[in-house]
Amino acid sequence: MVGEETSDEERAELRETLGLTDPIHIQFSRFVVNASKGEFGISYQLRRPVSELIIERLPATIELVLISALIALVSGTLLGVYTGINRKGFLSDFILAVSLLGVSLPTFVIGILFIYLFAVILGVLPSFGRGEVIDLGFWSTGLLTISGLKAIILPSVTLSLFQMTYIIRLVRAEMMEILQTDYIKFARARGISEKSINYKHALKNGLIPVITIAGINIGTLVAFSIITETVFQWPGMGFLFIQAVQFVDIPIMSAYLVFIAFVFVMINFIVDILYYFIDPRIRVKGDVTSG
Amino acid sequence: MTFLKINNLSIEYKMRKETVNAAKNINIDINKGEIVGLVGESGSGKSTVANAIVNLIDEPGKISNGSIFMGDTNISENQETIIQYRGKKIGLIFQDPQTSLNPILTIGEQLIETIQTHLNINTDEAKNRAINLLKEVGIKEAEKRFSNYPHQFSGGMRQRVVISLALCCEPELLIADEPTTALDVSIQSQILELIKKLTKERNLAVILITHDMGVIAETTDRVAVMKNGDLVEIGPTKQVLVEPKEKYTKSLVSSVPPTNKKISRFTIIEKENLNNQNNNIKILNRWSKKSIVDQNLVKIQNLSKSFDDSFFTENTKNSVMAVDDVSFDIKEGKSFGLVGESGSGKTTIAKMVVNLFKPSSGDIFFDNVNVTKIKKNKDLLKFRRQIQMIFQDPFSSLNGRLKVKEIIAEPIKLHNPNIKSMDLDNYIYDLLESVELSQQSAIRYPHEFSGGQRQRISIARALATQPRLLVCDEPTSALDVSIQAQILNLLKDLQEQLNLTILFISHDLPVVRQMCDKIAVLKDGKLCEVSETEELFKNPKHNYTKELLKLMPKIESIYN
Repeated sequence: MVGEETSDEERAELRETLGLTDPIHIQFSRFVVNASKGEFGISYQLRRPVSELIIERLPATIELVLISALIALVSGTLLGVYTGINRKGFLSDFILAVSLLGVSLPTFVIGILFIYLFAVILGVLPSFGRGEVIDLGFWSTGLLTISGLKAIILPSVTLSLFQMTYIIRLVRAEMMEILQTDYIKFARARGISEKSINYKHALKNGLIPVITIAGINIGTLVAFSIITETVFQWPGMGFLFIQAVQFVDIPIMSAYLVFIAFVFVMINFIVDILYYFIDPRIRVKGDVTSG
Repeated sequence: MTFLKINNLSIEYKMRKETVNAAKNINIDINKGEIVGLVGESGSGKSTVANAIVNLIDEPGKISNGSIFMGDTNISENQETIIQYRGKKIGLIFQDPQTSLNPILTIGEQLIETIQTHLNINTDEAKNRAINLLKEVGIKEAEKRFSNYPHQFSGGMRQRVVISLALCCEPELLIADEPTTALDVSIQSQILELIKKLTKERNLAVILITHDMGVIAETTDRVAVMKNGDLVEIGPTKQVLVEPKEKYTKSLVSSVPPTNKKISRFTIIEKENLNNQNNNIKILNRWSKKSIVDQNLVKIQNLSKSFDDSFFTENTKNSVMAVDDVSFDIKEGKSFGLVGESGSGKTTIAKMVVNLFKPSSGDIFFDNVNVTKIKKNKDLLKFRRQIQMIFQDPFSSLNGRLKVKEIIAEPIKLHNPNIKSMDLDNYIYDLLESVELSQQSAIRYPHEFSGGQRQRISIARALATQPRLLVCDEPTSALDVSIQAQILNLLKDLQEQLNLTILFISHDLPVVRQMCDKIAVLKDGKLCEVSETEELFKNPKHNYTKELLKLMPKIESIYN
């Protein structure tokens, strides 16, 4: 916030107005009180209220995370079911081998590889930015324009890869376990068709633990998006955070971290509520009649 | 006319190293309206044969030879045929009703799906049919229960639902694989009655697989005895049980605890480990306490235990009285039986006696000291040494990462930290030989042993501290009947020679009759009656005891 020519007196005065000379516990309680009101102070670097900055950047990150969560969930479940049912096929082995790559390669390497392949060599997709954005007043979306949609493909796929491989392996393990259970064997013995056994009986049961993991992972997606946003120059919160780190912009960093914590808590809360709808054993607890 | 014909059936499991023959040249014929029992110990291949009929053998098992004819159709030849027959012509019931139903679909959904798979009718008709079926198998308020989930039913009710699912498309053959093993005796008799009734009404052919000779005697018309994949003997039930031709059948029948009399020992014809025929209790020389005082070793007074549903609120409405005001005494040197169905609180009492649970109220006296009042762990240790426990499941009660030697050494070292390693080794060998295991067992791991041998290890571990009271919580209910007979003999010998006092817990009345001097009957945590064993069996006073005695499957019923 200060230039090189600032005198020591001016520096001291600025420290005073920012409250940096107070003892730590007073600074901290002031922060907690303000944070609970949604005030995170003013960015040292950009000299604008932090809450304003966050709200401005929020849509970009949320859109990115939602799209990649969707990609991860849908394709992860589909591939997981396929590899769980066809355990020995060539395609299953291939999917699993590739999924190993997804787990082991760091996000930024994948991101750079994608940029090199699709933006540099093939030149079909943009390598950075959000494309054209339509402002809806409270929300700015890139999902309604062609260039916006094109721009979101690479970052969202990059971000989703890790989660997707995770979900593939989880769904596969669940399917394999559930296909061995007594009730599946009993369903086979009743002549229920393979299709119904796989999708109605087995998958539904298998999705219960997947929802827990996936819920937690959406939180991690928000957190992981820092790297992806940096690689693709995506104008979201993660990008904002990285810039804040470079300039020791503490108000932005603390606001961002509080926000991430809030997201984690909310998602877990929603997952717990979802259980109520998915698992009848939780829904009607203690209603057992004897016989 | 023969309805189902199993012809020279062989089933093999090709493993990497070897090929296991799970069934060898089995020939069984089954007629309509007839219940054929398939009996044998675990690993005898009885379930494999049943699974082979519907072609649901677990991988990598395969039918290697023979055929199965249903009417004139060979159903083992063609995968397509058998898939069409499953559910439609052949119904199956599995052992555990807890796991046979899909937990996240209502029973109605599962019934309707099954019906619509085989019969070309619309959902409303299917629903009507399902509700009628539920009524037929004895489920009250079937219209309401129709949209319930499996976990809302008790074990017995769930097995009824399973039966209704197996029968919903009117199959002609019903295969019941241990249908009542997981159920209490009163529910068991209801389910068996139901199967018998349906067999008659619908002219079904039934294959009933069980290891329980009492069930065989009371339910089946003919019985096939299997051992290690071989069909040992087949014939009318009465003939096979009363005048068995084969040596194996004889040994099987003689291992079954009789329900009508007390015998001193079980006759063992085929023994698990033949190297230790002489019954030599080596640890006798080391045993410190040899004489019995004529006193009550254990006195239990007004013992209660409640489990609260919630950790935070002491809401009495939610609390379950697992044990409710129970009092009894155990004389030193005697065996005391605790009998009851699941949920009756017998294990809870055992755990309070060994001090794993704290009672909610009431007192436990051991050797005239009130154990419940002891606060210091150090003082408790003295009592723990004198009270040891043997658990039900020998597969989970031994630490698989420790050698047998280490398992047995642990309690010895705890109570005698100064023991020399030579001494310790010798002590362990003596303990092992006392439970009829070889010295070489000491350096092996638990998974290398069979269930019966593992239970012997548990007994050796329990004896290591030279206890005065041995608490046996269903020690043989996970074991085959011939192994059970051996373990029970061993416990009897040990008790006699070492003057042990035994608290024996079981749901199996015939076993308790053989083992105990005095018996307490529990129901829902309350004591129904306590009396001398023979008195209880000949002259039961409480209605519940009478009921239990009436319902237990009796192998002797075959003589009537």
